[in-house]
Amino acid sequence: MEIFKEYMWAFVVGGLFCAVGQVLIDYTKLTPARILVAFVIAGVILGGIGVYEPLVELAGGGATVPLTGFGYLLAKGVKEAVAEKGLLGAITGGFTAASAGLGAAVFFGLIIALIFKQKDKV
Amino acid sequence: MKITPNEYNEMTKKASPGTKSYKTIPMAFLIGGLICMAGEGLLNLYQYMGMSKDAAGAVTSITLIFVAALLTGLDLYNTIAKYAGAGTLVPITGFSNGVVSPALEFKSEGYVLGLGAKLFVIAGPVIVYGISASIIYGIILYLFKLY
Repeated sequence: MEIFKEYMWAFVVGGLFCAVGQVLIDYTKLTPARILVAFVIAGVILGGIGVYEPLVELAGGGATVPLTGFGYLLAKGVKEAVAEKGLLGAITGGFTAASAGLGAAVFFGLIIALIFKQKDKV
Repeated sequence: MKITPNEYNEMTKKASPGTKSYKTIPMAFLIGGLICMAGEGLLNLYQYMGMSKDAAGAVTSITLIFVAALLTGLDLYNTIAKYAGAGTLVPITGFSNGVVSPALEFKSEGYVLGLGAKLFVIAGPVIVYGISASIIYGIILYLFKLY
């Protein structure tokens, strides 16, 4: 039963983040790029003031997979880095925490773009 | 023909098909929820394989980014996105799609200023504002000794 609950929370919380994104698409003039930027900044703020952490505890992937989770990761990385290195950590913490995702996105992005051809747009 | 912004808004409203939010929002919820559930599954799988929580999180992101990049290359991601809307935009897979799509599209303009530069059309702003927000947060933490 525990495992069922865990996946249910991941589904519900993750789904809600996406539903909020869809409301922004349907009812505002925000472009997808602006929505992604807004979600990341929201994640940094929510992570910073400490309300995102409990959500991660509850929903796991439901909170870490949406782009707000990326923002939360940045805030978390900065906090740990500042504790360790002081002001230098404010500069290094974000990239350190984001390095896996950014490295993967850049490298796979390059490889895939090299291998595949742009399909004709209909 | 001269038109005011208001008239233009009226015209686009008439010309664009009405968004059916009773369809788009549940679809975004469903597909987005499923992607997050898949992420939760990967997290559990990697931890079961002996990774620490942090490592499992990082490898889960890498996996999702790879799968989304591949699906974008195969032209499948955009097909799903037509139905899923924000359901495929908001998860980290949407970020990956935002990296690969323009890189593929502008490959014809060269490997450096085409593929290499356009790869960051969407990722760039996300990194600029995300990292900057985190640095401001870090400075605040440092100044008020909140760490």
